[in-house]
Amino acid sequence: MNSVVCIAQVPDTESRIKIAGDSRRIDEAGIKFIVSPYDEFALEEAIRLKEKSGGDVTVVGFGPDRVQQALRECLARGATKALHIKGETAEADSLGIAKVLAAAIKSLPHDFVFFGKQGVGTDNSLVGPMVAELLGYPQINVVTHLEAGDGKVTAHREIEGAEEIIEASLPAVITAQKGLNEPRYASLKGIMAAKRIAIDSKSVADLGLQDSDVFNQRVTTVKLELPPEKKAGRKIDGGDAAAAAKEIVKYIREEAKAL
Amino acid sequence: MAGVLVFTEVKDGKLKKTSREALSIGGKLAEAMGGELVAFASDRAVVDEAGKYGAKKLFVANVGPYMTEPYAAALQHAVSQSQASVVLLGGTSNGRDLAPRVAARMNAGVASDVDRLEWTNGKLRARRPVYSGKAYATVEVSSNPAIATTRPNAFPPEESGGGAPQVVEIAVQVEAKAKLIDTKMPEAGEMSIAEADIIVSGGRGLKEAANFSLIRDLAHAIGGAVGASRATVDAGWIDHQHQVGQTGRVVSPNLYIACGISGAIQHLAGMTSSKHIVAINRDPEAPIFRVADLGVVGDLFQIVPALTEEVKKAKTH
Repeated sequence: MNSVVCIAQVPDTESRIKIAGDSRRIDEAGIKFIVSPYDEFALEEAIRLKEKSGGDVTVVGFGPDRVQQALRECLARGATKALHIKGETAEADSLGIAKVLAAAIKSLPHDFVFFGKQGVGTDNSLVGPMVAELLGYPQINVVTHLEAGDGKVTAHREIEGAEEIIEASLPAVITAQKGLNEPRYASLKGIMAAKRIAIDSKSVADLGLQDSDVFNQRVTTVKLELPPEKKAGRKIDGGDAAAAAKEIVKYIREEAKAL
Repeated sequence: MAGVLVFTEVKDGKLKKTSREALSIGGKLAEAMGGELVAFASDRAVVDEAGKYGAKKLFVANVGPYMTEPYAAALQHAVSQSQASVVLLGGTSNGRDLAPRVAARMNAGVASDVDRLEWTNGKLRARRPVYSGKAYATVEVSSNPAIATTRPNAFPPEESGGGAPQVVEIAVQVEAKAKLIDTKMPEAGEMSIAEADIIVSGGRGLKEAANFSLIRDLAHAIGGAVGASRATVDAGWIDHQHQVGQTGRVVSPNLYIACGISGAIQHLAGMTSSKHIVAINRDPEAPIFRVADLGVVGDLFQIVPALTEEVKKAKTH
Protein backbone atom coordinates (compact mmCIF):
# COMPACT_ATOMS: atom_id res chain seq x y z
CA MET A 1 0.00 0.00 0.00
CA ASN A 2 1.41 3.37 -1.00
CA SER A 3 0.27 6.53 0.71
CA VAL A 4 0.71 10.24 0.22
CA VAL A 5 0.28 12.30 3.38
CA CYS A 6 -0.32 16.01 2.86
CA ILE A 7 0.75 18.05 5.83
CA ALA A 8 0.27 21.64 6.92
CA GLN A 9 2.70 23.48 9.15
CA VAL A 10 0.85 25.64 11.68
CA PRO A 11 1.57 27.75 14.77
CA ASP A 12 1.84 25.69 17.97
CA THR A 13 -1.59 25.60 19.63
CA GLU A 14 -0.03 27.20 22.73
CA SER A 15 0.85 30.30 20.68
CA ARG A 16 -0.51 33.71 21.51
CA ILE A 17 -1.61 35.20 18.22
CA LYS A 18 -0.42 38.69 17.28
CA ILE A 19 -1.50 40.53 14.15
CA ALA A 20 1.14 41.68 11.66
CA GLY A 21 1.50 45.30 10.56
CA ASP A 22 -0.50 44.73 7.37
CA SER A 23 -3.57 43.68 9.48
CA ARG A 24 -4.02 40.70 7.16
CA ARG A 25 -1.68 38.08 8.57
CA ILE A 26 -0.35 36.90 11.89
CA ASP A 27 2.98 38.14 13.14
CA GLU A 28 5.23 35.08 12.81
CA ALA A 29 7.97 36.47 15.06
CA GLY A 30 8.50 34.18 18.03
CA ILE A 31 5.98 31.62 16.80
CA LYS A 32 6.94 27.99 17.00
CA PHE A 33 5.65 26.05 14.00
CA ILE A 34 4.50 22.45 14.29
CA VAL A 35 3.00 19.76 12.09
CA SER A 36 -0.76 20.37 12.33
CA PRO A 37 -2.01 18.03 15.10
CA TYR A 38 -4.59 16.18 12.95
CA ASP A 39 -1.91 15.50 10.33
CA GLU A 40 -0.09 13.39 12.92
CA PHE A 41 -2.99 10.91 12.92
CA ALA A 42 -2.93 10.90 9.11
CA LEU A 43 0.82 10.18 9.04
CA GLU A 44 0.60 7.47 11.69
CA GLU A 45 -2.13 5.64 9.78
CA ALA A 46 -0.07 5.71 6.60
CA ILE A 47 3.01 4.39 8.43
CA ARG A 48 0.94 1.56 9.93
CA LEU A 49 -0.35 0.58 6.47
CA LYS A 50 3.23 0.54 5.19
CA GLU A 51 4.42 -1.58 8.10
CA LYS A 52 1.64 -4.08 7.45
CA SER A 53 1.88 -4.42 3.68
CA GLY A 54 4.93 -2.49 2.47
CA GLY A 55 5.06 0.43 0.09
CA ASP A 56 5.99 4.07 0.40
CA VAL A 57 4.77 6.89 2.59
CA THR A 58 5.43 10.20 0.84
CA VAL A 59 4.85 13.37 2.84
CA VAL A 60 4.03 16.48 0.87
CA GLY A 61 4.09 20.03 2.20
CA PHE A 62 3.35 23.28 0.36
CA GLY A 63 4.70 26.49 1.87
CA PRO A 64 7.77 28.55 2.68
CA ASP A 65 11.23 27.12 3.50
CA ARG A 66 10.33 26.41 7.14
CA VAL A 67 8.03 23.60 5.89
CA GLN A 68 11.15 21.48 5.29
CA GLN A 69 11.55 21.17 9.02
CA ALA A 70 8.02 19.74 9.34
CA LEU A 71 8.75 17.28 6.51
CA ARG A 72 11.99 16.24 8.23
CA GLU A 73 10.02 15.51 11.39
CA CYS A 74 7.62 13.28 9.43
CA LEU A 75 10.56 11.39 7.92
CA ALA A 76 11.91 10.85 11.43
CA ARG A 77 8.62 9.28 12.43
CA GLY A 78 8.67 6.83 9.54
CA ALA A 79 7.71 8.48 6.25
CA THR A 80 9.94 7.16 3.43
CA LYS A 81 9.95 10.12 1.00
CA ALA A 82 9.26 13.84 1.17
CA LEU A 83 8.31 16.53 -1.31
CA HIS A 84 8.45 20.24 -0.56
CA ILE A 85 6.55 22.56 -2.87
CA LYS A 86 7.83 26.06 -2.35
CA GLY A 87 5.36 28.92 -2.16
CA GLU A 88 3.89 31.62 0.00
CA THR A 89 0.73 29.77 1.04
CA ALA A 90 -0.50 32.70 3.11
CA GLU A 91 -1.56 34.29 -0.20
CA ALA A 92 -3.15 31.14 -1.64
CA ASP A 93 -6.77 30.13 -1.07
CA SER A 94 -7.76 26.55 -0.21
CA LEU A 95 -8.60 25.65 -3.81
CA GLY A 96 -5.25 27.09 -4.95
CA ILE A 97 -3.48 24.87 -2.40
CA ALA A 98 -5.60 21.88 -3.46
CA LYS A 99 -4.66 22.39 -7.13
CA VAL A 100 -0.97 22.39 -6.24
CA LEU A 101 -1.26 19.26 -4.09
CA ALA A 102 -3.42 17.42 -6.62
CA ALA A 103 -0.86 18.13 -9.36
CA ALA A 104 1.95 16.86 -7.12
CA ILE A 105 0.09 13.73 -6.01
CA LYS A 106 -0.47 12.59 -9.62
CA SER A 107 3.23 11.81 -10.00
CA LEU A 108 3.61 10.07 -6.62
CA PRO A 109 2.76 6.42 -5.90
CA HIS A 110 -0.49 6.19 -3.92
CA ASP A 111 -3.45 4.05 -3.00
CA PHE A 112 -4.34 6.43 -0.19
CA VAL A 113 -4.13 10.19 0.10
CA PHE A 114 -4.24 11.26 3.73
CA PHE A 115 -4.92 14.66 5.29
CA GLY A 116 -5.73 15.85 8.79
CA LYS A 117 -9.42 16.72 9.08
CA GLN A 118 -8.42 20.39 9.29
CA GLY A 119 -5.33 22.53 9.46
CA VAL A 120 -5.31 23.76 13.04
CA GLY A 121 -5.32 27.55 12.88
CA THR A 122 -6.86 28.32 9.53
CA ASP A 123 -9.54 25.75 10.43
CA ASN A 124 -10.98 25.60 6.92
CA SER A 125 -11.40 21.81 6.47
CA LEU A 126 -11.42 22.35 2.72
CA VAL A 127 -8.23 21.14 1.06
CA GLY A 128 -8.69 17.34 1.49
CA PRO A 129 -12.12 17.12 -0.17
CA MET A 130 -11.04 19.62 -2.85
CA VAL A 131 -8.09 17.38 -3.76
CA ALA A 132 -10.47 14.38 -3.86
CA GLU A 133 -12.68 16.22 -6.33
CA LEU A 134 -9.77 17.40 -8.49
CA LEU A 135 -8.44 13.83 -8.71
CA GLY A 136 -11.89 12.27 -9.11
CA TYR A 137 -11.41 10.14 -5.99
CA PRO A 138 -13.92 9.23 -3.29
CA GLN A 139 -13.45 10.99 0.06
CA ILE A 140 -14.07 9.90 3.62
CA ASN A 141 -13.84 12.78 6.07
CA VAL A 142 -13.26 12.91 9.82
CA VAL A 143 -12.21 9.28 10.05
CA THR A 144 -11.82 7.56 13.44
CA HIS A 145 -11.23 3.99 12.23
CA LEU A 146 -9.87 2.53 9.01
CA GLU A 147 -9.48 -0.91 7.46
CA ALA A 148 -7.73 -1.32 4.15
CA GLY A 149 -8.94 -4.18 1.95
CA ASP A 150 -8.24 -5.38 -1.55
CA GLY A 151 -8.79 -2.31 -3.72
CA LYS A 152 -11.13 -0.82 -1.15
CA VAL A 153 -11.26 0.80 2.25
CA THR A 154 -13.83 0.70 5.03
CA ALA A 155 -13.77 3.62 7.42
CA HIS A 156 -15.75 5.16 10.26
CA ARG A 157 -16.72 8.77 9.68
CA GLU A 158 -17.64 10.89 12.69
CA ILE A 159 -20.87 12.86 12.34
CA GLU A 160 -23.00 14.69 14.94
CA GLY A 161 -23.51 12.22 17.77
CA ALA A 162 -22.98 9.11 15.63
CA GLU A 163 -20.61 7.33 13.28
CA GLU A 164 -21.14 6.32 9.68
CA ILE A 165 -19.46 3.29 8.20
CA ILE A 166 -18.37 4.04 4.66
CA GLU A 167 -16.84 1.82 2.02
CA ALA A 168 -14.87 3.36 -0.80
CA SER A 169 -12.84 2.17 -3.76
CA LEU A 170 -9.11 2.99 -3.93
CA PRO A 171 -7.45 5.33 -4.50
CA ALA A 172 -9.28 7.40 -1.91
CA VAL A 173 -8.82 10.57 0.12
CA ILE A 174 -9.05 10.15 3.89
CA THR A 175 -9.09 13.00 6.41
CA ALA A 176 -8.02 11.93 9.89
CA GLN A 177 -9.73 12.73 13.18
CA LYS A 178 -8.21 12.44 16.63
CA GLY A 179 -8.80 8.90 17.90
CA LEU A 180 -7.88 7.21 14.59
CA ASN A 181 -4.70 5.96 16.26
CA GLU A 182 -2.06 6.90 18.80
CA PRO A 183 0.75 8.69 16.89
CA ARG A 184 4.28 7.58 17.72
CA TYR A 185 7.16 9.84 18.61
CA ALA A 186 10.26 9.94 16.45
CA SER A 187 12.92 7.52 17.69
CA LEU A 188 16.60 8.45 17.77
CA LYS A 189 17.17 5.84 15.06
CA GLY A 190 14.38 7.42 13.01
CA ILE A 191 15.88 10.87 13.39
CA MET A 192 19.28 9.61 12.22
CA ALA A 193 17.77 7.69 9.29
CA ALA A 194 15.71 10.73 8.25
CA LYS A 195 18.88 12.78 7.86
CA ARG A 196 19.96 10.52 5.03
CA ILE A 197 16.75 11.07 3.03
CA ALA A 198 16.84 13.97 0.59
CA ILE A 199 13.72 16.12 0.50
CA ASP A 200 12.61 16.61 -3.08
CA SER A 201 11.76 20.20 -3.95
CA LYS A 202 9.51 21.68 -6.63
CA SER A 203 7.97 25.01 -7.51
CA VAL A 204 4.39 25.72 -8.50
CA ALA A 205 5.62 26.23 -12.08
CA ASP A 206 7.36 22.81 -12.03
CA LEU A 207 3.90 21.30 -11.48
CA GLY A 208 2.59 22.99 -14.61
CA LEU A 209 0.50 25.54 -12.74
CA GLN A 210 0.37 29.31 -13.11
CA ASP A 211 0.61 31.55 -10.09
CA SER A 212 -2.78 32.93 -11.14
CA ASP A 213 -4.34 29.47 -10.53
CA VAL A 214 -3.10 29.51 -6.97
CA PHE A 215 -2.51 32.93 -5.45
CA ASN A 216 -4.92 35.74 -4.63
CA GLN A 217 -7.81 34.01 -6.29
CA ARG A 218 -11.41 33.43 -5.22
CA VAL A 219 -10.89 34.05 -1.50
CA THR A 220 -8.77 36.88 -0.09
CA THR A 221 -8.27 37.94 3.49
CA VAL A 222 -9.26 41.56 3.87
CA LYS A 223 -8.62 41.93 7.56
CA LEU A 224 -7.34 39.94 10.51
CA GLU A 225 -8.15 41.16 14.00
CA LEU A 226 -8.11 39.99 17.58
CA PRO A 227 -11.47 39.31 19.20
CA PRO A 228 -12.79 42.01 21.52
CA GLU A 229 -11.42 41.50 25.01
CA LYS A 230 -14.13 39.74 26.95
CA LYS A 231 -14.93 41.43 30.23
CA ALA A 232 -15.02 39.11 33.21
CA GLY A 233 -18.36 39.11 34.91
CA ARG A 234 -19.32 38.62 38.54
CA LYS A 235 -17.46 36.25 40.81
CA ILE A 236 -19.25 34.80 43.80
CA ASP A 237 -18.21 32.62 46.71
CA GLY A 238 -19.55 29.09 46.41
CA GLY A 239 -18.85 28.07 50.00
CA ASP A 240 -22.56 27.55 50.53
CA ALA A 241 -23.37 25.16 47.67
CA ALA A 242 -27.17 25.45 47.95
CA ALA A 243 -27.05 29.25 47.87
CA ALA A 244 -24.59 29.20 44.94
CA ALA A 245 -26.85 26.79 43.04
CA LYS A 246 -29.81 29.16 43.53
CA GLU A 247 -27.70 32.10 42.30
CA ILE A 248 -26.65 30.17 39.18
CA VAL A 249 -30.23 29.17 38.38
CA LYS A 250 -31.32 32.80 38.79
CA TYR A 251 -28.61 33.82 36.30
CA ILE A 252 -29.55 31.06 33.84
CA ARG A 253 -33.21 32.00 34.04
CA GLU A 254 -32.93 35.78 33.95
CA GLU A 255 -29.87 36.46 31.79
CA ALA A 256 -29.39 33.39 29.60
CA LYS A 257 -33.15 32.78 29.51
CA ALA A 258 -32.36 29.10 29.26
CA LEU A 259 -34.78 27.77 31.88
CA MET B 1 -31.08 36.20 -11.66
CA ALA B 2 -28.36 36.56 -9.08
CA GLY B 3 -29.54 35.07 -5.87
CA VAL B 4 -28.80 32.80 -2.93
CA LEU B 5 -29.13 29.03 -2.85
CA VAL B 6 -29.19 27.29 0.53
CA PHE B 7 -28.37 23.59 0.84
CA THR B 8 -30.74 22.31 3.52
CA GLU B 9 -30.74 19.10 5.49
CA VAL B 10 -33.77 17.24 6.74
CA LYS B 11 -34.11 15.32 9.98
CA ASP B 12 -37.32 13.55 10.99
CA GLY B 13 -39.24 15.37 8.25
CA LYS B 14 -38.10 18.81 9.40
CA LEU B 15 -35.32 21.23 8.51
CA LYS B 16 -32.25 20.98 10.72
CA LYS B 17 -31.67 24.03 12.88
CA THR B 18 -28.46 24.92 11.03
CA SER B 19 -30.43 24.82 7.76
CA ARG B 20 -33.02 27.23 9.18
CA GLU B 21 -30.19 29.48 10.31
CA ALA B 22 -28.60 29.40 6.84
CA LEU B 23 -31.96 30.17 5.19
CA SER B 24 -32.48 33.13 7.52
CA ILE B 25 -29.17 34.79 6.72
CA GLY B 26 -29.55 33.70 3.08
CA GLY B 27 -32.82 35.65 2.86
CA LYS B 28 -31.11 38.79 4.10
CA LEU B 29 -28.27 38.41 1.61
CA ALA B 30 -30.70 37.82 -1.25
CA GLU B 31 -32.53 41.01 -0.31
CA ALA B 32 -29.27 42.99 -0.26
CA MET B 33 -28.40 41.57 -3.69
CA GLY B 34 -31.85 42.23 -5.11
CA GLY B 35 -32.08 38.52 -5.85
CA GLU B 36 -34.11 35.52 -4.86
CA LEU B 37 -33.66 32.97 -2.08
CA VAL B 38 -33.94 29.37 -3.24
CA ALA B 39 -33.21 26.11 -1.45
CA PHE B 40 -32.09 22.57 -2.10
CA ALA B 41 -33.32 19.52 -0.17
CA SER B 42 -33.24 15.77 -0.60
CA ASP B 43 -36.78 15.44 0.74
CA ARG B 44 -39.86 17.40 -0.33
CA ALA B 45 -41.40 17.01 3.13
CA VAL B 46 -39.84 20.35 4.06
CA VAL B 47 -41.39 22.37 1.24
CA ASP B 48 -43.74 24.38 3.47
CA GLU B 49 -41.08 24.95 6.11
CA ALA B 50 -38.61 26.17 3.47
CA GLY B 51 -41.28 28.61 2.32
CA LYS B 52 -41.74 29.93 5.85
CA TYR B 53 -38.05 30.75 5.87
CA GLY B 54 -38.36 32.70 2.65
CA ALA B 55 -37.40 30.19 -0.08
CA LYS B 56 -39.17 30.96 -3.35
CA LYS B 57 -38.09 27.73 -5.02
CA LEU B 58 -37.13 24.34 -3.65
CA PHE B 59 -34.90 22.09 -5.73
CA VAL B 60 -35.52 18.49 -4.72
CA ALA B 61 -33.31 15.57 -5.68
CA ASN B 62 -34.26 12.06 -4.75
CA VAL B 63 -30.75 11.09 -3.68
CA GLY B 64 -31.52 9.19 -0.47
CA PRO B 65 -29.24 9.32 2.58
CA TYR B 66 -26.18 11.57 2.38
CA MET B 67 -23.27 10.43 0.22
CA THR B 68 -20.77 12.93 -1.13
CA GLU B 69 -20.75 12.27 -4.86
CA PRO B 70 -24.49 12.08 -5.70
CA TYR B 71 -25.16 15.08 -3.45
CA ALA B 72 -22.35 17.06 -5.09
CA ALA B 73 -23.83 16.33 -8.51
CA ALA B 74 -27.34 17.30 -7.39
CA LEU B 75 -26.25 20.50 -5.68
CA GLN B 76 -24.12 21.55 -8.63
CA HIS B 77 -27.14 21.00 -10.85
CA ALA B 78 -29.30 23.20 -8.61
CA VAL B 79 -26.65 25.93 -8.51
CA SER B 80 -26.34 25.97 -12.29
CA GLN B 81 -30.09 25.92 -12.85
CA SER B 82 -30.79 28.69 -10.33
CA GLN B 83 -27.72 30.71 -11.42
CA ALA B 84 -27.24 31.56 -7.76
CA SER B 85 -24.27 33.82 -7.03
CA VAL B 86 -24.06 32.71 -3.41
CA VAL B 87 -24.37 29.17 -2.06
CA LEU B 88 -24.77 28.64 1.67
CA LEU B 89 -24.52 25.37 3.59
CA GLY B 90 -25.07 24.92 7.32
CA GLY B 91 -21.76 23.98 8.93
CA THR B 92 -22.75 20.41 9.79
CA SER B 93 -20.69 17.28 9.08
CA ASN B 94 -22.43 16.95 5.73
CA GLY B 95 -22.29 20.66 4.88
CA ARG B 96 -18.58 20.69 5.55
CA ASP B 97 -18.08 17.50 3.52
CA LEU B 98 -20.01 18.82 0.54
CA ALA B 99 -19.01 22.50 0.26
CA PRO B 100 -15.35 21.93 -0.76
CA ARG B 101 -16.32 19.16 -3.17
CA VAL B 102 -18.78 21.36 -5.04
CA ALA B 103 -16.41 24.34 -4.85
CA ALA B 104 -13.58 22.42 -6.53
CA ARG B 105 -16.02 21.27 -9.19
CA MET B 106 -17.14 24.85 -9.94
CA ASN B 107 -13.76 26.59 -9.39
CA ALA B 108 -15.38 28.50 -6.53
CA GLY B 109 -14.02 29.92 -3.29
CA VAL B 110 -15.34 28.88 0.11
CA ALA B 111 -15.46 30.74 3.41
CA SER B 112 -15.76 28.09 6.14
CA ASP B 113 -17.55 28.32 9.45
CA VAL B 114 -18.56 31.96 9.12
CA ASP B 115 -20.35 33.91 11.83
CA ARG B 116 -21.09 37.07 9.81
CA LEU B 117 -22.07 37.49 6.18
CA GLU B 118 -22.78 40.50 4.04
CA TRP B 119 -23.05 41.45 0.39
CA THR B 120 -20.84 44.47 -0.39
CA ASN B 121 -19.80 45.88 -3.74
CA GLY B 122 -20.98 42.83 -5.57
CA LYS B 123 -18.95 40.44 -3.40
CA LEU B 124 -19.61 38.12 -0.51
CA ARG B 125 -17.84 39.29 2.62
CA ALA B 126 -17.61 36.90 5.57
CA ARG B 127 -16.12 36.93 9.02
CA ARG B 128 -14.72 33.70 10.38
CA PRO B 129 -12.94 32.72 13.55
CA VAL B 130 -9.39 31.49 12.97
CA TYR B 131 -6.85 30.02 15.39
CA SER B 132 -9.93 28.61 17.15
CA GLY B 133 -11.28 32.04 17.92
CA LYS B 134 -7.98 33.63 18.97
CA ALA B 135 -8.45 35.90 15.93
CA TYR B 136 -11.12 36.80 13.39
CA ALA B 137 -10.51 36.96 9.65
CA THR B 138 -12.69 38.96 7.29
CA VAL B 139 -12.54 37.38 3.87
CA GLU B 140 -13.94 38.31 0.49
CA VAL B 141 -15.10 35.61 -1.89
CA SER B 142 -14.92 36.88 -5.45
CA SER B 143 -15.80 33.75 -7.42
CA ASN B 144 -19.17 33.05 -8.96
CA PRO B 145 -20.68 31.27 -7.18
CA ALA B 146 -19.29 32.28 -3.80
CA ILE B 147 -19.74 29.54 -1.21
CA ALA B 148 -19.90 29.70 2.59
CA THR B 149 -20.64 27.31 5.43
CA THR B 150 -22.37 28.89 8.41
CA ARG B 151 -21.28 28.30 11.97
CA PRO B 152 -24.04 26.63 14.04
CA ASN B 153 -25.77 29.07 16.45
CA ALA B 154 -24.23 32.17 14.82
CA PHE B 155 -27.30 33.29 12.83
CA PRO B 156 -30.68 33.36 14.59
CA PRO B 157 -33.37 31.43 12.68
CA GLU B 158 -36.18 33.84 11.72
CA GLU B 159 -39.27 32.96 9.75
CA SER B 160 -40.03 35.48 7.06
CA GLY B 161 -43.50 34.11 6.42
CA GLY B 162 -43.61 33.18 2.73
CA GLY B 163 -45.94 30.76 1.03
CA ALA B 164 -45.06 27.34 -0.32
CA PRO B 165 -42.21 27.56 -2.83
CA GLN B 166 -42.28 26.17 -6.32
CA VAL B 167 -40.80 22.66 -6.38
CA VAL B 168 -38.22 21.82 -9.05
CA GLU B 169 -37.27 18.16 -9.33
CA ILE B 170 -33.68 17.28 -10.14
CA ALA B 171 -32.69 13.89 -11.47
CA VAL B 172 -29.12 12.70 -10.96
CA GLN B 173 -27.61 9.33 -11.72
CA VAL B 174 -24.24 9.09 -10.07
CA GLU B 175 -22.56 5.96 -8.84
CA ALA B 176 -21.01 6.77 -5.45
CA LYS B 177 -17.43 5.52 -5.08
CA ALA B 178 -17.81 6.09 -1.33
CA LYS B 179 -20.92 4.31 -0.11
CA LEU B 180 -22.69 4.58 3.22
CA ILE B 181 -22.92 1.05 4.63
CA ASP B 182 -24.26 1.64 8.13
CA THR B 183 -24.73 4.23 10.84
CA LYS B 184 -23.66 3.49 14.39
CA MET B 185 -25.23 5.34 17.30
CA PRO B 186 -22.57 4.77 19.95
CA GLU B 187 -24.04 6.78 22.78
CA ALA B 188 -27.79 6.56 22.44
CA GLY B 189 -29.65 9.70 23.45
CA GLU B 190 -26.52 11.81 23.83
CA MET B 191 -26.66 15.21 22.29
CA SER B 192 -23.80 16.47 20.12
CA ILE B 193 -21.96 19.58 21.30
CA ALA B 194 -21.81 20.85 17.71
CA GLU B 195 -25.27 22.35 17.57
CA ALA B 196 -26.29 22.36 21.25
CA ASP B 197 -27.82 25.48 22.83
CA ILE B 198 -26.51 24.50 26.24
CA ILE B 199 -23.24 22.73 27.01
CA VAL B 200 -22.14 21.48 30.43
CA SER B 201 -18.40 20.75 30.39
CA GLY B 202 -16.14 18.90 32.79
CA GLY B 203 -12.41 19.25 33.33
CA ARG B 204 -9.59 17.77 35.34
CA GLY B 205 -11.25 19.05 38.52
CA LEU B 206 -13.54 16.01 38.24
CA LYS B 207 -10.55 13.92 39.40
CA GLU B 208 -11.68 10.67 37.72
CA ALA B 209 -13.71 9.30 34.82
CA ALA B 210 -16.60 8.09 36.98
CA ASN B 211 -17.29 11.64 38.16
CA PHE B 212 -18.37 12.65 34.67
CA SER B 213 -21.74 11.33 35.87
CA LEU B 214 -22.11 14.65 37.74
CA ILE B 215 -21.74 16.51 34.44
CA ARG B 216 -24.07 14.12 32.63
CA ASP B 217 -26.74 14.50 35.33
CA LEU B 218 -26.64 18.28 35.11
CA ALA B 219 -26.61 18.22 31.29
CA HIS B 220 -29.57 15.86 31.30
CA ALA B 221 -31.52 17.98 33.81
CA ILE B 222 -30.97 21.21 31.89
CA GLY B 223 -31.36 19.67 28.43
CA GLY B 224 -27.79 20.26 27.27
CA ALA B 225 -24.87 18.41 25.74
CA VAL B 226 -21.82 17.10 27.62
CA GLY B 227 -18.53 18.86 26.84
CA ALA B 228 -15.01 18.11 28.07
CA SER B 229 -11.57 19.63 28.31
CA ARG B 230 -8.65 18.17 26.38
CA ALA B 231 -7.01 16.88 29.56
CA THR B 232 -9.99 14.63 30.33
CA VAL B 233 -10.13 13.33 26.74
CA ASP B 234 -6.39 12.64 26.70
CA ALA B 235 -6.76 10.82 30.03
CA GLY B 236 -9.39 8.61 28.41
CA TRP B 237 -12.20 9.69 30.76
CA ILE B 238 -14.50 10.58 27.88
CA ASP B 239 -14.69 10.26 24.10
CA HIS B 240 -13.09 12.88 21.81
CA GLN B 241 -16.52 13.78 20.34
CA HIS B 242 -17.06 15.77 23.53
CA GLN B 243 -13.85 17.80 23.40
CA VAL B 244 -14.21 21.57 23.29
CA GLY B 245 -11.25 23.66 22.16
CA GLN B 246 -8.55 24.00 19.57
CA THR B 247 -8.08 20.30 18.81
CA GLY B 248 -11.71 19.56 19.60
CA ARG B 249 -14.70 21.55 18.52
CA VAL B 250 -15.13 25.30 18.64
CA VAL B 251 -18.60 25.96 20.06
CA SER B 252 -20.79 28.99 20.66
CA PRO B 253 -23.89 27.88 22.56
CA ASN B 254 -26.26 30.22 24.37
CA LEU B 255 -25.10 28.84 27.72
CA TYR B 256 -21.77 27.20 28.61
CA ILE B 257 -21.25 25.80 32.10
CA ALA B 258 -17.59 24.96 32.82
CA CYS B 259 -17.08 22.70 35.84
CA GLY B 260 -13.59 22.06 37.16
CA ILE B 261 -11.99 23.51 34.01
CA SER B 262 -9.07 25.84 34.70
CA GLY B 263 -9.16 27.34 31.21
CA ALA B 264 -6.07 26.52 29.14
CA ILE B 265 -5.64 28.85 26.16
CA GLN B 266 -6.79 26.13 23.75
CA HIS B 267 -9.98 25.57 25.74
CA LEU B 268 -10.77 29.27 26.07
CA ALA B 269 -10.31 29.66 22.33
CA GLY B 270 -12.94 27.01 21.77
CA MET B 271 -15.71 28.43 23.97
CA THR B 272 -15.21 32.16 24.59
CA SER B 273 -17.75 33.07 21.91
CA SER B 274 -20.50 31.36 23.94
CA LYS B 275 -23.19 33.89 24.76
CA HIS B 276 -23.43 33.16 28.51
CA ILE B 277 -20.65 31.49 30.46
CA VAL B 278 -20.86 30.08 33.99
CA ALA B 279 -17.67 28.71 35.58
CA ILE B 280 -17.37 26.64 38.72
CA ASN B 281 -13.82 26.18 40.00
CA ARG B 282 -12.00 25.92 43.31
CA ASP B 283 -9.13 28.14 42.26
CA PRO B 284 -10.13 31.82 42.32
CA GLU B 285 -7.17 32.58 40.00
CA ALA B 286 -8.22 30.08 37.30
CA PRO B 287 -8.08 31.68 33.82
CA ILE B 288 -11.62 30.47 33.09
CA PHE B 289 -12.90 33.24 35.39
CA ARG B 290 -11.51 35.82 32.99
CA VAL B 291 -14.15 34.89 30.43
CA ALA B 292 -16.99 33.80 32.75
CA ASP B 293 -20.07 36.00 33.08
CA LEU B 294 -20.80 34.29 36.37
CA GLY B 295 -17.89 32.75 38.22
CA VAL B 296 -18.46 30.56 41.26
CA VAL B 297 -15.43 29.86 43.42
CA GLY B 298 -16.07 26.61 45.21
CA ASP B 299 -16.12 22.83 45.27
CA LEU B 300 -17.78 21.38 42.18
CA PHE B 301 -18.55 18.13 44.04
CA GLN B 302 -20.88 20.16 46.28
CA ILE B 303 -22.12 22.78 43.83
CA VAL B 304 -22.83 20.70 40.71
CA PRO B 305 -25.22 18.22 42.40
CA ALA B 306 -26.94 21.12 44.21
CA LEU B 307 -27.29 22.90 40.86
CA THR B 308 -28.74 19.77 39.23
CA GLU B 309 -31.40 19.62 41.96
CA GLU B 310 -32.12 23.34 41.65
CA VAL B 311 -32.48 23.05 37.86
CA LYS B 312 -34.90 20.14 38.25
CA LYS B 313 -36.96 22.24 40.69
CA ALA B 314 -36.91 25.21 38.32
CA LYS B 315 -38.08 22.99 35.45
CA THR B 316 -41.12 21.74 37.36
CA HIS B 317 -42.25 25.24 38.35
